[in-house]
Formats: sequence, structure tokens, C-alpha cells
Amino acid sequence: MATYSTNEFKSGLKFILNGDPCSIITNEFVKPGKGQAFNRVKIRNLKTGKVVDKTFKSGESVEAADVVEKDLQYLYTDGEFWHFMDAETYEQVAADATAVSDAKYWLKDGDTVMVTLWNDVPLLVTPPNFVELTITQCDPGVRGDTAQGGTKPATTETGATIKVPLFIEEGEVLKIDTRTGEYVSRVKS
Amino acid sequence: MGIEVLQLRARILHDIRAFFYERKVLEVETPALSQAGNTDPAIESFQVRVPGEQIRYLHTSAEYPMKRLLAAGVGDIYQICKVWRAGELGRYHNPEFTMLEWYRLQFTYHQLMQEVEELLLSLLTNVQKISRFVSYRQLFLEVLDIDPHSADTAELHDCILRKNLDVVGKLDHSAMLDILMTHCIEPVFSEDCLTFVYDYPAKQKALACLSKDDVPVAQRFEVYLGKVELGNGYQEQTDAQLNADVLYADQRSRERAGLLEIPVDEHFLLAMQQGLPFCSGVAIGIDRLLLCLTGKKKLQEVISFPWTVA
Repeated sequence: MATYSTNEFKSGLKFILNGDPCSIITNEFVKPGKGQAFNRVKIRNLKTGKVVDKTFKSGESVEAADVVEKDLQYLYTDGEFWHFMDAETYEQVAADATAVSDAKYWLKDGDTVMVTLWNDVPLLVTPPNFVELTITQCDPGVRGDTAQGGTKPATTETGATIKVPLFIEEGEVLKIDTRTGEYVSRVKS
Repeated sequence: MGIEVLQLRARILHDIRAFFYERKVLEVETPALSQAGNTDPAIESFQVRVPGEQIRYLHTSAEYPMKRLLAAGVGDIYQICKVWRAGELGRYHNPEFTMLEWYRLQFTYHQLMQEVEELLLSLLTNVQKISRFVSYRQLFLEVLDIDPHSADTAELHDCILRKNLDVVGKLDHSAMLDILMTHCIEPVFSEDCLTFVYDYPAKQKALACLSKDDVPVAQRFEVYLGKVELGNGYQEQTDAQLNADVLYADQRSRERAGLLEIPVDEHFLLAMQQGLPFCSGVAIGIDRLLLCLTGKKKLQEVISFPWTVA
């Protein structure tokens, strides 16, 4: 079992804490001139996504986590699992609803997304920052009605509901920021 | 790093030498590679191994040999030298760094604090001219509402929980005080003035004298600019037996903690038997001083070739 000592801590290092895989965001070495040294770290729990502050007594060691990030192609969902493929090796993995989470609203067949794997099991699916999706349903826009900030709800081909400007019509392809779920622009076809 | 940082380093080294020349404090040099090392369990020495040679240790400060000179009767002395501490690497740490250390005969630690303030204020142009002098106990009472000299381990533990400090690893009493100091107290120090903290817990005395109070405190001080610790000073323990007790107790602590065994500096202890004159001493980190002067964010930005590229 591989371990890391606190003197190997750096951002991006992945290890197991209380049974969960996590990743170091920042690491700061603190030490009074005479006395105990500490590593103050900000850690992301890769299972829950939660960020916590921890202080390690320097010299402590932690168990390394076999966590890798891979760019995989999204294939399809069978309702229970979302299936991805490595475009080079053709190996496939299945991610459950927890791993996919809100990313499912941005997954379009054939798109490449980043999948975080822990012991080869998908832990987290991260969509690209921007995706291009077709609007499958939206109300007709009423010109001149800006009472609601000039937007109306629309549904994408992936099932996400987003706010779009009044002039958008069904069948149009839009660029969307997946981090905020906001409309960016029309995509010229 | 720009050349102006090198020029600034050269200038403050010159100014420090001028400061001590004027006060008739003698500049000395002592060995960097010794047969004995520092037995302090919180400090790791680098070992130098060469085939056919006895192991030598790079000094972690010039304290022992400088005290041998004091015992030999040289009078007031200072030294500017490179020192090494293994494993100390971070924003405010580089394992190889430059230290200014000086000793003043017949100075109490309070008198020495005054001199440290004079020197630092002459070098640090961007600092308030009025410094804060506060006891370790006063700080704990103000910030955490606990008395560091009487609080037991359970109280300190509660305080750590109350402050939402999530700690991995078992801390002893002294380490609990350390974490409260670094995480809760240092961050409240004024950014633009020197803070002198004095009278440390007796357990953290190292080679400083203990006061004769009902609850004795270590006659030690640390000086900070903002939350950056710049130096550490003592009213020096002159009793040979008490010095020996500390070194051997440290050696046993190292053994219990499974740390590298370090030979006790017998030359130093022998000199203490000849008699260390009443004096106070302090060590200041020159690289940290430069960090404060330049306003840079990391120590590595004021060192020509920091650890990772040395």
C-alpha cells in the first residue's frame, strides 16, 4: 500500500481520508520557530465534492488513492448507468447517478467529458465548460415583453431547463456554460 | 527574481554590520559542519556522510559554538551565516536559509527586545514605529480566553474544537499550544507593526532561563512582523547542569518519537561548565526580513536559487 508523508503534500495529490478519496487543493507548511510543524491543507472530497480545511501534524502519513482523470467519450444511458468509452483502448466504464450527478443534463452522445476514476470506478463526471445543445421545447417569444428580464424557460435535448432570450426558437442550437447553466450565445449553423 | 532583490539583500547585510560595528559587537564565524547536532525534537539536522569520515551535522543555528566563544570571554558577538533545517519547505521556509544571531552580555531579554526593535525599525522602512510588546499569556487570554500556563490538555483540546480546527494526528500539550498560536493568535497580529511576544510556557524554554514566579515562565521572546515570525530570543540559561538536562531530555524525546539519534554537543556542555556569562541572545531570519521588505509572497522569491532549483 503506497503512502504519502506530509512532506510530499502538494496541490493535486490524491489520498484516502476517512475512507473517502480526496484531492489537495492547497497546502501550506506552518511551523513556529521552536515547536510542532503543521501542514494546513484545503482538501476536496472527490466523492461528495465538499471542500474542507484540515491541519495535519507534520510527519503523519496518509494512504495514496488510485485516482486518475481521463477524457472519455459519452456513449448512452440505460436509465441506471451512464456509459463511457476510452477512444483509444475502446474500454468502457459505467458511472452511476451519484457520479454523474448534474452532469447528466449536459451529456450528449459522442461528446468527450472528464471522468475521475477511483480504482477504475467512475467517481465524478465533469462536463466541458461549454456545450452546444439543441432546444427541443420552448414557448413562443412575445416581442416587447421584457417584464421577466427578457428571458423565458427552454428545454434542451438533454433535458436541462435553462433560461433563454425571448427570440430563441425551438430547434436552435445554443452554446451553454455548464458551470452556471446559463445561455451564452446562438451557434450559427 | 530581479537584481533589485539581490541589491536589497546586500544593503541590509551591510546595514546590519554597520549597526553592530557602531555598538562594538564583534562579528565572528563558527563551524557549519559539526560532530554534534541539534537535539531539539522539533528541528531536523542534515547529516553529511563521507566514506572514511565520521558523520558530521550541518548546524541548524550557530548557538552552541557562539556560546563556547562567550564562555571563553570574547564579549558581545554576532554572526551572519547559512543554516540548514531538513524538511522545512513552504511559503515561509527554505531548508537552507540565512540567519543573523547575536549575544549581548549583561542584557536581560527585555533589554535585548529593545535592541531587536531598534535594529529592525532601522532596516524595515515600511513599518509603524510603535511596536507591540505582549506576553504569551495575555495573548491567549485576549484571543482565546484561556490561560496557557494553567490550562490542561482537555481544556486546550476543547479550545481547538471550539475554533473548528480539524486536526489529523495526535497532539501533545505543547503542540496544542503551538496550533492555537499559529492558527488563531498569529493571524490577529497587526500587519504593519512589530509584535514582540514574551514569557513562553516553561515547557518551551529550550535553553532560556525560567522566571522565579509561582508559575514559572520561560524568559523567551519571539518577534513578528504581521504574522511572519522574524526571530526568537532568550535570556540564556547559564547553569551548566540545567543546560545538560535539556539536551539529554531532548535526546530521549527524539528516541521516544523514533527520530534520528543526534549526539549531544559535549564541547558546548564543557564550555557551560567553564561558565557562560549573564547574557541574552537572539536569532533573526534574514530571508524573512527581505520578504517583509520587498512585499513578496514567498520566501523563494527573495532567494537567488531556492531549494527546488539549488
